[in-house]
Amino acid sequence: MFARIFNAFGRPLLRFIQYLGEVVMLAADTFQSLFTHRLRWKLFLNQVVEIGLLSQLVVVITGGFTGAVFSAQTYFQFHKIGMGSATGAVVSVALMRELGPVLTALMVIGRVGASMSAEIGTMKVTEQIDALRALAVYPTDYLVVPRALAMMVSMPLLVAECIAVGIAVGYFVAISLLEINGTYYMANMVRWTRSRDIIMGLSKAFCFGILIVFISCHKGLTAREGAVGVGRATTEAVVNASLAVLISNFFLTMTLNIIYPAGYQ
Amino acid sequence: MSINYQQSTNNSPMIAVHGLEKRLGDQEILRGIELDVAHGETLAIIGRSGGGKSVLLKHLIGLMRPNAGEIWIEGQNIIDMSERQLAAIRQKVGILFQGSALFDSMTVAENIAFPLREAGERDPQVLRKRVSEMLEVMELQGEEEKMPVNLSGGMKKRVGLARSIIRQPSCILYDEPTSGLDPVVSDSINKLIRRLQQRLGVTGIVVTHDMKNAFHVADRIAYLHDGRIYFHGTPAELRSSDDQLIQDFLLGRSERENL
Repeated sequence: MFARIFNAFGRPLLRFIQYLGEVVMLAADTFQSLFTHRLRWKLFLNQVVEIGLLSQLVVVITGGFTGAVFSAQTYFQFHKIGMGSATGAVVSVALMRELGPVLTALMVIGRVGASMSAEIGTMKVTEQIDALRALAVYPTDYLVVPRALAMMVSMPLLVAECIAVGIAVGYFVAISLLEINGTYYMANMVRWTRSRDIIMGLSKAFCFGILIVFISCHKGLTAREGAVGVGRATTEAVVNASLAVLISNFFLTMTLNIIYPAGYQ
Repeated sequence: MSINYQQSTNNSPMIAVHGLEKRLGDQEILRGIELDVAHGETLAIIGRSGGGKSVLLKHLIGLMRPNAGEIWIEGQNIIDMSERQLAAIRQKVGILFQGSALFDSMTVAENIAFPLREAGERDPQVLRKRVSEMLEVMELQGEEEKMPVNLSGGMKKRVGLARSIIRQPSCILYDEPTSGLDPVVSDSINKLIRRLQQRLGVTGIVVTHDMKNAFHVADRIAYLHDGRIYFHGTPAELRSSDDQLIQDFLLGRSERENL
């Protein structure tokens, strides 16, 4: 009876706790290495290009169309109660506090997280990581540190870009397609948007970046059994990182709202 | 109690293994390996496929951790060393992987120069010179800009070997250096291993099931069977052994008659 209950619930729970422990250990190892060992600048800059520069198009399109559709939907509802000019404030605050960080994170997971776990996973199953170790190179220093640092630098910038494009496109849609008065739109937006909103968005971006990079690298480093294992590791990295972003977003919102409260105060 | 202490390298063997045991899942792969390799000597470890030869080799450079036993490299027990502490040992001991394990995002020249770069060498002229020396030794001139995916199996092995020896280790571990190669390329790899031993005095451990390879390169041969060293002696002693198991292995005879 107990054995059956343990098998049904205990074992998966233990596996989950072990998995969390491994990811946290990888993060601790990476931060330790970051402060105690030399940084490989070339690898870091390559990763900044890979994560930051090459994600531009995806992030711009995501931000632009989210801003456009959110502006339209908000206007459709607010217009009924004569508050159409408040659309700008809603679009701007929502993009900064929630939509910008979460949607950018999900796009970065799909584009960067998947490729990180696939690349490191392939290196693992083809003994390239063993080769690194055999050549006296610590894999965390060589593979994880440059990626983690590049992600910590790139994610806030990508989120800022996503928010800026979203607000700009939302403004364009509101003014030219929905015929909202531009002056009122801007005045309301500036009045209701505070610097703490953007700080909250960028703080979330930083946290999501850390989650994505460690979940993806861990899945790559623990990949097994050839091509199938790499495929499984990549899928799990994308699913786990997406869930981690969505779940942690709620707790980050609740916690950060204490420090950076929403609204005009 | 700390067991990491420096012994005199002149009297102690280059590599000493005592009571090494390894389990993978329910399977006992190594069941108490005892092995000594002297400085400058080449030892061949032979045995059936799947018998734990590669597992043993990976233990010698700390890529796998045993369940019990000791491994001494130049008087230092590596069992309790952390991954970072092992870096010093790995500068002395190079390994040629069975699949060569070349970095597929780098060219041949970048692969060969990698250990030097990581050791802090930045001067492009020095790197170019050392790489071209290695390419000459390995007879790979003109191949430096190729990517590993465009190399043949024999070329990959030679690039892997060049990458292992560019930092001039005092010991090289070869995991199946001739498997999957045609007889001519196998012979060239055998000669290369022998040359490294004779010219540079490099200690070598060659894991193989290719008997021609073993007899060509080895000063001594160890036969790994059932997770233990079943036989240990010179190639001549192995040849003259009348043990049934050894004779079956040497002659390639299957135990099962009625298939």
